[in-house]
Amino acid sequence: MLGFLQRPVVVTADINLNVVALTAVGLLSRLWRLSYPRAVVFDEVYYGQYISFYMKRIFFLDGSGPPLGHMLLALGGYLGGFDGNFLWNRIGAEYSSNVPVWSLRLLPALAGALSVPMAYQIVWELRFSHCAAMGAALLVLIENALITQARLMLLESVLIFFNLLAVLSYLKLCNSQKHGPFSLSWWFWLTLTGVACSCAVGIKYMGVFTYLLVLGVAAVHAWHLIGDRTLSNVCVLCHLLARAVALLVIPVIMYLLFFYVHLVLLCRSGPHDQIMSSAFQASLEGGLARITQGQPLEVAYGSQVTLRNVFGKPVPCWLHSHQNTYPMIYENGRGSSHQQQVTCYPFKDVNNWWIVKDPGRHQLVVNSPPRPVRHGDIVQLVHGMTTRLLNTHDVAAPLSPHSQEVSCYIDYNISMPAQNLWRLDIVNRESSTEVWKTILSEVRFVHVNTSAILKLSGAHLPDWGFRQLEVVGEKLSPGYHESMVWNVEEHRYGRSQEQKERELELHSPTQMDLSRNLSFMARFSELQWRMLTVRSDDSEHKYSSTPLDWVTLDTNIAYWLHPTTSAQIHLLGNIVIWVSASLATVVYALLLCWYLLRRRRSICDLPEDSWLRWVLAGALCAGGWAVNYLPFFLMEKTLFLYHYLPALTFQILLLPVVLQHISDHLCRSQLQRSLFSALVVAWYSCACHVFNTLRPLTYGDKSLSPGELRALRWKESWDILIRKHQ
Amino acid sequence: MLCATSRFLAATALRAQPRGRGPALRCRRRELHFPGHPEPPLCDFLTGQLGRPSVPAGRRAILRRGRMPPAVGGGLAGSELRARRGRCGSQAARAVSPDVAVEAAARSHKQPAPGSRHFEAAGRWALLALVTLLSFATRFHRLDEPQHICWDETHFGKMGSYYINRTFFFDVHPPLGKMLIGLAGYLSGYDGTFSFQKPGDKYEHHNYMGMRGFCASLGSLLVPFAYLTVLELSKSLPAALLTAALLTFDTGCLTLSQYILLDPILMFFIMAAMLSMVKYNSCADRPFSAPWWFWLSLTGINLAGALGVKFVGLFIIVQVGWNTISDLWHLFGDLSLSLVTVGKHLTARILCLIVLPLALYTATYAVHFMVLNKSGPGDGFFSSAFQARLSGNNLHNASIPEYLAYGSVITVKNLRMAIGYLHSHRHLYPEGIGARQQQVTTYLHKDYNNLWIIKKHNTNSDPLDPSFPVEFVRHGDIIRLEHKETSRNLHSHYHEAPLTRKHYQVTGYGINGTGDSNDFWRIEVVNRKFGNRIKVLRSRIRFIHLVTGCVLGSSGKVLPKWGWEQLEVTCTPYLKETLNSIWNVEDHINPKLPNISLDVLQPSFPEILLESHMVMIRGNNGLKPKDNEFTSKPWHWPINYQGLRFSGINDTDFRVYLLGNPVVWWLNLLSIALYLLSGSIIAVAMQRGARLPPEVEGVLWDTLLRLCAWSLASSSLARGIHTVGIMSLLLGAAYSFYLFHPLAYGMVGPLAQDPRSPMAGLRWLESWDF
Repeated sequence: MLGFLQRPVVVTADINLNVVALTAVGLLSRLWRLSYPRAVVFDEVYYGQYISFYMKRIFFLDGSGPPLGHMLLALGGYLGGFDGNFLWNRIGAEYSSNVPVWSLRLLPALAGALSVPMAYQIVWELRFSHCAAMGAALLVLIENALITQARLMLLESVLIFFNLLAVLSYLKLCNSQKHGPFSLSWWFWLTLTGVACSCAVGIKYMGVFTYLLVLGVAAVHAWHLIGDRTLSNVCVLCHLLARAVALLVIPVIMYLLFFYVHLVLLCRSGPHDQIMSSAFQASLEGGLARITQGQPLEVAYGSQVTLRNVFGKPVPCWLHSHQNTYPMIYENGRGSSHQQQVTCYPFKDVNNWWIVKDPGRHQLVVNSPPRPVRHGDIVQLVHGMTTRLLNTHDVAAPLSPHSQEVSCYIDYNISMPAQNLWRLDIVNRESSTEVWKTILSEVRFVHVNTSAILKLSGAHLPDWGFRQLEVVGEKLSPGYHESMVWNVEEHRYGRSQEQKERELELHSPTQMDLSRNLSFMARFSELQWRMLTVRSDDSEHKYSSTPLDWVTLDTNIAYWLHPTTSAQIHLLGNIVIWVSASLATVVYALLLCWYLLRRRRSICDLPEDSWLRWVLAGALCAGGWAVNYLPFFLMEKTLFLYHYLPALTFQILLLPVVLQHISDHLCRSQLQRSLFSALVVAWYSCACHVFNTLRPLTYGDKSLSPGELRALRWKESWDILIRKHQ
Repeated sequence: MLCATSRFLAATALRAQPRGRGPALRCRRRELHFPGHPEPPLCDFLTGQLGRPSVPAGRRAILRRGRMPPAVGGGLAGSELRARRGRCGSQAARAVSPDVAVEAAARSHKQPAPGSRHFEAAGRWALLALVTLLSFATRFHRLDEPQHICWDETHFGKMGSYYINRTFFFDVHPPLGKMLIGLAGYLSGYDGTFSFQKPGDKYEHHNYMGMRGFCASLGSLLVPFAYLTVLELSKSLPAALLTAALLTFDTGCLTLSQYILLDPILMFFIMAAMLSMVKYNSCADRPFSAPWWFWLSLTGINLAGALGVKFVGLFIIVQVGWNTISDLWHLFGDLSLSLVTVGKHLTARILCLIVLPLALYTATYAVHFMVLNKSGPGDGFFSSAFQARLSGNNLHNASIPEYLAYGSVITVKNLRMAIGYLHSHRHLYPEGIGARQQQVTTYLHKDYNNLWIIKKHNTNSDPLDPSFPVEFVRHGDIIRLEHKETSRNLHSHYHEAPLTRKHYQVTGYGINGTGDSNDFWRIEVVNRKFGNRIKVLRSRIRFIHLVTGCVLGSSGKVLPKWGWEQLEVTCTPYLKETLNSIWNVEDHINPKLPNISLDVLQPSFPEILLESHMVMIRGNNGLKPKDNEFTSKPWHWPINYQGLRFSGINDTDFRVYLLGNPVVWWLNLLSIALYLLSGSIIAVAMQRGARLPPEVEGVLWDTLLRLCAWSLASSSLARGIHTVGIMSLLLGAAYSFYLFHPLAYGMVGPLAQDPRSPMAGLRWLESWDF
């Protein structure tokens, strides 16, 4: 108990000065003059607006990735005391004094700086020499593209950091597996692997690829573990369970946690509300919640409602009607019923109000107690302002001739009778007698006579329909589609008997008391789904490129140009490293094939442990490159050079591994080995020279003359900005 | 009848002695030891004779030579082998010796009496015949109904007619399937005169039965193929019979086989490839023998067939390829084979599985191009040079002026395939989309609206006036392009393009050729090979807008209805060189210039082949559902979520509804799940070093039933349970077919909601709308 009295407390510090030194130079390279340029650089304009939203706690929807990355950037803003007041509208705009540029850029820069010692650690944990490990770190240090990307408010460097952290902690786990499973450090590294993976996924969806890679390697190792007959069944089970919890359960929980924090932070309504469902909007402060707060929950006969289409495409809109009728003859010569138009209108309007009527009675007010409408009930919908009934009949719709026209019925005393009965079909019902609820219930209106379903076709009507959206009765109903589903958004119990009074009532805002809340999981699943399905228009960009351009660095991105001088920042890699890393990958693949074939014929060139090391290094580094690069060939979105940086980092890690392998196993004599080392040194100094030459474009600190800039344009396809008049 | 046969089956199954590697396996299947269960006596004499009790050695033998395809035993085999052979050293050598022992034992094993073998062989043939007969009977039953076009018959029947009429057309699928349909029609006396306009049109006197019969017979052959495949894989007659029954009684397969579609042909080739692959796997112990070569090359031929019908045939190629690679990998690791032998194996596979299919596939295209030599509806999809081959096309044997001159009337075609000609028409861009000026699009078909007149930018005088000398257009000239029909100039300005927002809009502007400076374009020749003048068809040209500096191009996006679903034309400010912004001059009319013959342009066969593939790929990418079409999603398919109306909607129509037999389909799903479950349990158990009975290799249901039976009861009862289980599965499938057959054979009368309908009460899912 009192052991410390008998023995002195000893702290043995084991400091690897290499790591310290690498961290220091890493910090120096990434943090040097961090707040320069004091202007919006490239995609800062994009991330910056979200930082402002976080600062003002306004809800937004960004389909580009999960919220962790944005939140980390916003954390920088929070620590720097940013109030969110800056108009992010133009690349190159000068930051105003309230923007804490340094602290906003600090986090990505730190992540970028720490990647340097981590590269060292990874190669070391892969059981390669210190020399190789130093080589890897120094290569990461002088890679211009990584520096540029890390010094700005961008997310790639943070993503790379977590990717490397995941790989590193998994390697640490593997190595501690040998001498002490279930020890404290073992648990620490196992948990850290899971956490790092989930952070990587939380920053960009791209992180999934690294996560899958780590999972795959872990699965192979677990498989070997199962085959290890020296372990008891219980022990194997414990191992598997621990891994499952750390690598599957923890990431899921973490991912949910990110969204939880995100939703807690963003509690005010904002510009993207419209995309979300009514229920979601009602959970935000301001906006719809202000209107719907205190509405009655259950829709009853006599209720006044607005009906919003659930699909929300092309724009969110409400079922609408107005005095105007369909034109007698359309432009293409077809005829219409000439009855009152029914459309879907994307703005709030008094003409969006409808009254739910019992077909058996004449009154348009709610009884007391209210008689709720249930699933399967037959209702009529009365347009509030014109008191005409929603109707559909066997007349072709104006723009979708396969469907029926929907109108508000006018009795012209001609052959066409009113067909205005609709059966209410609650889609998300839990029981067959479910009551129709405001906001929560998603309903379909099935026409009783023709079994057509009220649907938003999505087409814009011509001028006679005021370019509102067409609503049709879908007859060839092939099952469920969101465009046929509607929900009640605004709702009040109608009290007025007379039409004049009712019109006044319709104009007045809804006021009553009842509050409701959406659970976190419901909000999460809706937000996640919208994020995955929101379509950003695939815009072409001047600096967009294809994955094939990346390997050979055939493209660059101009990030920023000084407003007066020709100082400029480019995303441009160190081409020596870039090309040699690609070469190393090819060499690795060829050597691996060669060894595999030879081993198949029972010729072992490598001793067993160095073979396993070689394979593991390949699986993590070459595999990391492949999983982060190849999927881009299947993606259809606009791609940029910076998408390649995570893959490149893994490729750089492979480079010293291959070099050491060549020197250890392929150089036969001492002479060859020395020669090879000399070559490597020469090659590295060449890389340093390239770094130094491209440095002005990386940091943007020096204004070069047009001649110098022209001299830097080593590839025809590099776009370096040269001012015409200087 | 069925009952009797199956008892007979059970008998043959028990006595069956498959050739080759069979005996050891069969025997061990019987000697399976479950705790507390007496050993069945049947195999005693065999085990005695083999005198080698260890199970794993036998397994190894099977795995080593068996090369089970991945669907059944591959996973297990692979892991086993890796565990054994992954390490270097002498283990590999040791592993060889027991195999030899097994083989020797197998050979020395006494053959059964010849009489029973004859009987048994006859029984097998009879069964096969029965299965085939039943399959043909179900597929040909009421084949002639309905006597109108159903579903995609309108496309594939039409394309068959094109082959008979020899007119050129374009389709996104490779030609083999449609050629076979055409051939079947031709041989059965169909003359190609029916127009196949739309589903529901009556065939009347036209002979369509030949084409339907052809598809139906290929569809019927699926069943015996599947039967033989499973028999070969499992060596279990009940399992094979069950497969055949499930497939025969599946209404989905049945419906698809009854019409003029590509699917029965595709499925035929896929199943045939599968069967021949399995057959050749089982010949693996006799490499380079005649049957080995036969099955190997047959696999190749079927692969070519599958790919030649539809590109989804690629998947079977992937499967066969995977099987071949793992096969070669095992051979390569077999140290008893010399490298030369392995090389021979490799060469044989390259020859039969790569060279042969490619040659056949190319040959189908050669036939395709040879047969289709008349101009037809597909011309516009192809390049100018390609069209020159087609008789009836205006480029065929045509002669046009060689160099472009002012005053020439031309059509301008985009170099990117399947974009089409620069086009304009008397319709304006709608309100809100750029300036309200005349639309400019690209259009794939030949049309008068594709004609443009090339003029100097500064004079409006008629260059065709004979008093002026001919002046050629040169690289770098500033020109104006006037639309011939509407006399408007090609125009661009700083308005965003309708779909590609970052590009500028291109319009037709001006009256009678008088516009403004936004009508001026600089014409540039890319990679000038022919000097400064612009050569018809050969020169690749760009049009650069003088004022904004952008390049005329087509984004390839389809305009909405207001643009008649033609493709968007934009002026792109990004000067990257892509084919989208490069054009060539195709038609060229200038009375003042001498004509030259275009025969020099005839493309070579490889060029045609490449081009038609590019066009097909673009066409495939361009396929997208139209507004009023409802498509299903891939996850709908395996769960049988939704069917497809082949014909008829109302209760008076003759209705055919494509829907898989739900009993069969859901049983499939269950089987897959059970297989995955049992497979992973077995894999883990083996990795933990458990010894498993060889039983687990069998086909799922058969095995499961057997295992259940064995673990439950003594041998005679076990056999009984097994038989009853198999019989109930067979009868269940047959009964469900009886329930659902009106879907496939067609029904008239009230819809399913009505209790009088034959389908009343069978609408088990809301989404089935029959």
